[in-house]
Amino acid sequence: MSAPAPELNTLSLAEAGELLAARGASSRELVAAALARIGATDGRIGAFLRTTPERARAAAEAADERAAKGARLSPLDGVPIALKDIFLTKGVETTCASRILEGFVPPYDATVVERLERAGAVVVGKLNMDEFAMGSSNENSAFGPCHNPYDLARTPGGSSGGSAAAVAARQVHGTLGTDTGGSIRLPAAFCGVVGLKPTYGRVSRYGVIAFASSLDQVGPLGRTVRDTALLLQAIAGHDPRDLTSSTRPVDDYLAGLEGGARGLRIGVPREWLSGGLAPGVERAVREALATYERLGATLVDVSLPHSRYGIAAYYLIAPAEASSNLARYDGVRFGLRAGEGGGLKEMYAETRERGFGAEPKRRIMLGTYALSAGYYDAYYLRAQKVRTLVRRDFDEAFRACDVVAGPVAPSVAFRLGEKTADPLQMYLADVFTITANLAALPGLSVPCGLERESGMPVGLQLVGRPFDEATLVRAARALEREAGPLPAPEV
Amino acid sequence: MPVSDFQVVLGLEVHAQLLTRSKIFCACSTAFGAAPNTQVCPVCLGLPGALPALNAEVVELAVRAGLALGCEIRAKSVFARKNYFYPDLPKGYQISQYELPICVGGGVEIPVDGATRTIRLTRIHMEEDAGKNVHDVTAAGSGVDLNRAGVPLLEIVSEPDLRSTDEAIAYLKTLRAILMALGVNDGNLQEGSFRCDANVSVMPKGAVELGTRCELKNMNSFRFLRQAIDYEVRRQVELIEAGGKVVQETRLFDPDRGETRSMRSKEEAHDYRYFPEPDLPPVRVDDALVQRVRRALPELPRARSARYQRELGLSPYDAELLVADKAISEFFDATLAAYGSTPEAAKRAANWLNGDLARLANELAQEPAAWRITPAQLAEILRLQDAQTIGGPGAKQVIEEVFRTGAAPAEVVRAKGLAQVSDEGAIEAAVDRVIAASATEVERYRGGNKKLLGFFVGQVMKEMRGKGNPAVVNALLKRKLGE
Repeated sequence: MSAPAPELNTLSLAEAGELLAARGASSRELVAAALARIGATDGRIGAFLRTTPERARAAAEAADERAAKGARLSPLDGVPIALKDIFLTKGVETTCASRILEGFVPPYDATVVERLERAGAVVVGKLNMDEFAMGSSNENSAFGPCHNPYDLARTPGGSSGGSAAAVAARQVHGTLGTDTGGSIRLPAAFCGVVGLKPTYGRVSRYGVIAFASSLDQVGPLGRTVRDTALLLQAIAGHDPRDLTSSTRPVDDYLAGLEGGARGLRIGVPREWLSGGLAPGVERAVREALATYERLGATLVDVSLPHSRYGIAAYYLIAPAEASSNLARYDGVRFGLRAGEGGGLKEMYAETRERGFGAEPKRRIMLGTYALSAGYYDAYYLRAQKVRTLVRRDFDEAFRACDVVAGPVAPSVAFRLGEKTADPLQMYLADVFTITANLAALPGLSVPCGLERESGMPVGLQLVGRPFDEATLVRAARALEREAGPLPAPEV
Repeated sequence: MPVSDFQVVLGLEVHAQLLTRSKIFCACSTAFGAAPNTQVCPVCLGLPGALPALNAEVVELAVRAGLALGCEIRAKSVFARKNYFYPDLPKGYQISQYELPICVGGGVEIPVDGATRTIRLTRIHMEEDAGKNVHDVTAAGSGVDLNRAGVPLLEIVSEPDLRSTDEAIAYLKTLRAILMALGVNDGNLQEGSFRCDANVSVMPKGAVELGTRCELKNMNSFRFLRQAIDYEVRRQVELIEAGGKVVQETRLFDPDRGETRSMRSKEEAHDYRYFPEPDLPPVRVDDALVQRVRRALPELPRARSARYQRELGLSPYDAELLVADKAISEFFDATLAAYGSTPEAAKRAANWLNGDLARLANELAQEPAAWRITPAQLAEILRLQDAQTIGGPGAKQVIEEVFRTGAAPAEVVRAKGLAQVSDEGAIEAAVDRVIAASATEVERYRGGNKKLLGFFVGQVMKEMRGKGNPAVVNALLKRKLGE
């Protein structure tokens, strides 16, 4: 019995692009395969909030016409992808997994959506997430949780849970997520895929529903490091509509991708491997570090003494900004409006009471408190000072190393419902990822094996110098090449 | 104690709309009066995902105002969010500046009893305007018009240096003239592009500690401002006299009743929860920008007034009136450029501008920008007088007609038959008729009552329907009556 030809949906994004370029398959076939896979599996996974088959088919047709003329726009041209439901898509409902935006159809596209579509990528749907990107398990979605393709009883991580699960379950070839405190890297680690949070300012936030403006950053998730590099290449760069986006030229992320780890100085923060890690996670991370040494990299002991204040600072800054960013959901101009019978205050109160879930409400209250007269200096201002110190720790570390490596999360994917009763436990899932957001640095999660006890994926986190995503993907690719692909989940 | 035993202390916060074509954080038009919600986009609507992009012209105009008012221009200033809920505030926060405004210090010199006094400025900052709630427009209830949301404003805050309503008015008029001269603001109070809140307190004369202040809002004319402050001062004095205490609060002026009434108390005041706007990097103003703006500063009203007095011999009164409105002083300059710049011409042009033209503009409620009469036409009218084609009364009629219709002065003179008669024969006939008809007066004049000459001139002019050349009329009358 000969081996069956690989299903189209199992191809990596790069492979799918190459097949399209070689005219070995059409974009329409890839889109059909993706939609079929979604149809067959998503009832169990819950990665998608909605699919957009008609638009996808039309886009695929256009891509096929370009391919026929030898005029493909980019390596992504014709490849099915999907977007976290935090990105505004013109004419396609965008909810941020919140009741308050149910039925909201944006009149414009986010800059990253424009850029992906300009590169020819075909958007097949919008992905599940924690409401307003607040959460670490995707359980805060107003439209039901998402499940981990490796174990449906477990969380895919959050907040970009759908983005990671869709890639892991081979539903699409790549996705975009956002990362405010670990929301790309954590689900990537939990679902055994690659997730990259770029430097703050590397990718435009225009048209991305804001959670915490000074921390939010858009990034790709893919089956392979190369896939994330391809996606980042398409979306990175200055946007005049986002003044916090950098005018720095964008590096070529693919040029040095296969450059290997030889000579690389890898900083290992002693605070990150000093207890508190699940044994299986620690083992996988240490093995990955050993692999790097074998590949010719040098491990360097570094210290990030202020990273232990990261969570505390983060849970003042992020809710403070969120409390202001979420003020626009007031029932006046778009989205849900409730309590119309009463006066203005009733309308506000009823709309927000019914529209927001428990976690956004909790953070709005936390943030409002932190910014209140008399508390601002003690909370918000002090948290900003911690942020400066966290960044200084990294600056110091990067004098001795090129990347910092450590775990993404203290454990593998936990079970659905395991931490929902205790928000503080849930917040601790982000203990290792939050510092990169506070310091505005690029961070990446790359699979480094399965935990023996559970069979669940473990991610290695790499944090780089500002705007040095090129070194991050090169280092991640070296490990990926050595370790080989994770076994696919059976869904 | 009567009111006169109290010292009034006033500080003003002026909101001046900047004369940019587009809004502060998006490319939407700032034009006034468009149909509701037609000048909006995702940014000024506060749609999810939209981000502000700062209009560089706003910074330049803020720097211009700051330099003209002697402020320190901060090399780095920071936008902040002012958080509160209101339907006309799309994002649930206003982007303003708080701890680090673009300009600090500075002052405005105002005329007080023939001298000048400097009213210190605390700060100037940039911010976006809110929209407008519109009531009773639809059957469904109130609506919101967001055309104005995101229109750029400068907030100019004075120290509590003003000591009377007159000083407050003088401060506002001076500031308004400066901003208009700078091309920063159009000075329009009715449309709300120049608005003012007043902080009012009173204290016994000689006291050192300031009294509790109230903030007054909603005065959209100088007259209302005066009414509001005067009312508020009386209210506070009467309250204190009656043994009461002024409570810090915001009070709304009601123009229909000429009163202020409580809007919200200090306890009800918003906690705006200011924090630095994370969507905008700090605003950097480098030396090059400051120097460029400084070099391009136009002549300011005070300098212009001094020049009019020094070089053209205008009275302080005339000069101040001309410079109070940039458009008027430009009209004046252009008239002299077209006619010839002599003290005599300046006096005549100033008289027309501050007299008949000001009256007509007021009657027809026309801003100088909308005038039909041009400086060239005013110059022509002056020349028509020089040529004795028309006299004073004729010129007055020509001015009015040209102001209303924009017609050419010479054409008006012809069409209305206003040309002055200098022909001795025609005037002599009229003089003879008047002398023949006024035997008694002639008797008295010849008897020594020379004041009656005016009477005869008037009669002759009446006879000639105002068109007689006064010099010729005078000469002929004197000659004939002297016979």
